[in-house]
Amino acid sequence: MKNIGVDVMETKETKEKKEKVPRQKMPEQDPKKRVHNFEEVPFGYSEETAIIEAKRCIQCKKPACIEGCPVDVKIPEFIKQIAEGNFIESAKVLKETNSLPAVCGRVCPQEDQCEKTCILGKKGEPVAIGRLERFSADYERKSGKISVPAIAKSNGKKVAIAGAGPSGLTIAGDLAKLGYDVTIFEALHKSGGVLVYGIPEFRLPKAIVEAEVEGLRSLGVKIETNYVIGRTKTIDELFEEGFQAVFIGVGAGAPVFMNIPGENLIGIYSANEYLTRSNLMKAYRFPEYDTPIVRGKRVAVIGGGNVAMDSVRTALRLGAERAMIIYRRTEVEMPARKEEVHHAQEEGVEFLMLTAPVEYIGNKDGWVTGMKCLKMELGEPDASGRRSPKPIKGSEYVIDVDTVVVAVGTVANPIVPATTKGLEVNKWGYIVAKDETGLTSREGIYAGGDIVTGAATVILAMGAGRKAANAIHEYLSKK
Amino acid sequence: MNKIVENKNLSENVVKMVFEAPVIAQKRKAGQFIVLKIDETGERIPLTIVDSDAQKGTLTIIYQIVGKTTAKLSQMKAGDSLQDVQGPLGNPTEIENFGRVVCVGGGVGVGVVYPLIVALKKAGNEVISIIGSRTKDLLILEKEIGENSDRLIVTTDDGSYGVHGFVSAVLQEMIDKGEKIDHVFAIGPVPMMRVICDVTKPHGIKTVVSLNSIMVDATGMCGACRVSVGGKTKFTCVDGPEFDGHEVDFKLLSDRLKTYCESEREAYEKHRCGCDGN
Repeated sequence: MKNIGVDVMETKETKEKKEKVPRQKMPEQDPKKRVHNFEEVPFGYSEETAIIEAKRCIQCKKPACIEGCPVDVKIPEFIKQIAEGNFIESAKVLKETNSLPAVCGRVCPQEDQCEKTCILGKKGEPVAIGRLERFSADYERKSGKISVPAIAKSNGKKVAIAGAGPSGLTIAGDLAKLGYDVTIFEALHKSGGVLVYGIPEFRLPKAIVEAEVEGLRSLGVKIETNYVIGRTKTIDELFEEGFQAVFIGVGAGAPVFMNIPGENLIGIYSANEYLTRSNLMKAYRFPEYDTPIVRGKRVAVIGGGNVAMDSVRTALRLGAERAMIIYRRTEVEMPARKEEVHHAQEEGVEFLMLTAPVEYIGNKDGWVTGMKCLKMELGEPDASGRRSPKPIKGSEYVIDVDTVVVAVGTVANPIVPATTKGLEVNKWGYIVAKDETGLTSREGIYAGGDIVTGAATVILAMGAGRKAANAIHEYLSKK
Repeated sequence: MNKIVENKNLSENVVKMVFEAPVIAQKRKAGQFIVLKIDETGERIPLTIVDSDAQKGTLTIIYQIVGKTTAKLSQMKAGDSLQDVQGPLGNPTEIENFGRVVCVGGGVGVGVVYPLIVALKKAGNEVISIIGSRTKDLLILEKEIGENSDRLIVTTDDGSYGVHGFVSAVLQEMIDKGEKIDHVFAIGPVPMMRVICDVTKPHGIKTVVSLNSIMVDATGMCGACRVSVGGKTKFTCVDGPEFDGHEVDFKLLSDRLKTYCESEREAYEKHRCGCDGN
């Protein structure tokens, strides 16, 4: 005889148990403390928390999360290993398809990718895939037991990669594993691209990037820094030297200014310069490091993307008393990740929405002292689907500033296209490359990342590197 | 790593350095520059390539000791290494047979104008060089420039050597005498370049200047080096370093060069008293 009562009770109990395990939070530095240092904001999961979170994953037979990942990380598989306490094993699974897991765990917009498609997200909160990825990669690095993926026998074929950013590092790892002789040519003195010059220490510690780059070296990848493709050597010269295929992953590069009066006053930076000084050159540690930076008291950052958030949070850490985001639409339209906006708000950043600068005012020595702004209102949706801002007549007012960071986007850097004959670019100067392969208008030359798509995310650039690796492998296997 | 072959004072505060950079030495053309970084904590500074030896794989630069980085550089010895050297950067000088060319160099800019003189002479120009310094002891490359010029005029501000006065006065005199001048290159301190442009502009003599803006990446990524030329914003690193001097906003250039004056003074003072551990 069935005891209905017990059955019901059991179901209730299981249900309660499930509800009792919410998405695990990552402990973070107190906002009041962290605005005075450049140390990483979140501390990461403990082993216990990681296991609790990993056990939330229901191990779907047809995992939707993987479909959301540009590099097809075997998500349920690595999470299962964490749930069982096999942390090193989980890192191995990750590294089969992702050469930069500690980076991706930190800077990927998971909410728009794997976590967006996680089945748990339909009713409640998705599994914290990014946090688990970060945990697993960090655990392996700290353990010192870093695994080197299997490398195929050398095939003696040489591939050159321009740019040691996310796409270049990914393709280098993939091709090295397949037995290619890979050399990366990096223009700056350090490898990592945007990971070292753009993303601040408090979001992505540089030691982590260095460790991931070291991982590539252990695969046999050679890296030549201070090597500007197009200047130090052209792509055609690389072919003459015996490289059989070239991948261009040089990033979007050139900063956009707004072309408004006074924009060249002292104290007005492009976000690229501001962040490069602080991150790559470590100007926040001046004079221990030799590169200076203006430590503004009233800093306005123009723009609403992740780069704007990185800039404004850097300004706070450099001692700004007033750090402002100036954005011409509203918070709803801001392209920055919610998490970044939230962190900035916690730290005391002011958000001046529906505001656009029209002119900068300077003193006799050429320093910026003020910013004339117009109030905006939202009109009809534009081509991007976002409601376009329209200036309100007579709404001009001046904000006192001593530092401005212009973070309104980037355009293609022309050095590589200008020095490579027959390389087709589109009307914005980005290199034309096939979606599925990265093949450009020239045989043997592939491209991917921001120099093809315009400014996007780390993981999309990595996805492009992955596709080009497969395409180059196919191309050179026939040669 | 780039090994230093020679690091020798040309005057009290101007130093000539020769170091290994074989790939750049093969490739570089007159007017181009490099970015160097001494060590891990160093800053990136742009310096014009004065000369190169493709056979030996070396580059020559000439720098003035003005702050911490150049002071540190001057203390390095043959056999030491520079951690990072990147280049060649910027557009090469547009060298052609202009006819009669006047090359004006002031202070450490004499070192920058030297490779242009060599290249212009090679291209068949009649080259008249006017070089100047504050005082005799600070004058550099007189012999080398003399050997590559059809005529050389030297000036000193204090009259201790050559013509007493500024390089611009010599050029003005030539123009006043009705001497035919087809093209002018002027490289030196901002006030000097500005005055030379003021002298040539009324006569419509094309005048090219080489700008020494502050740079970070020097590949067009940061915009630190932006200048205004003909009312348009240009990046010195990728659009220059040479521009039509009659179109350059020298006030903006000189303002922007002062951006880090205070920080630089602080770093230099700490360096000189040994408080920074270097």
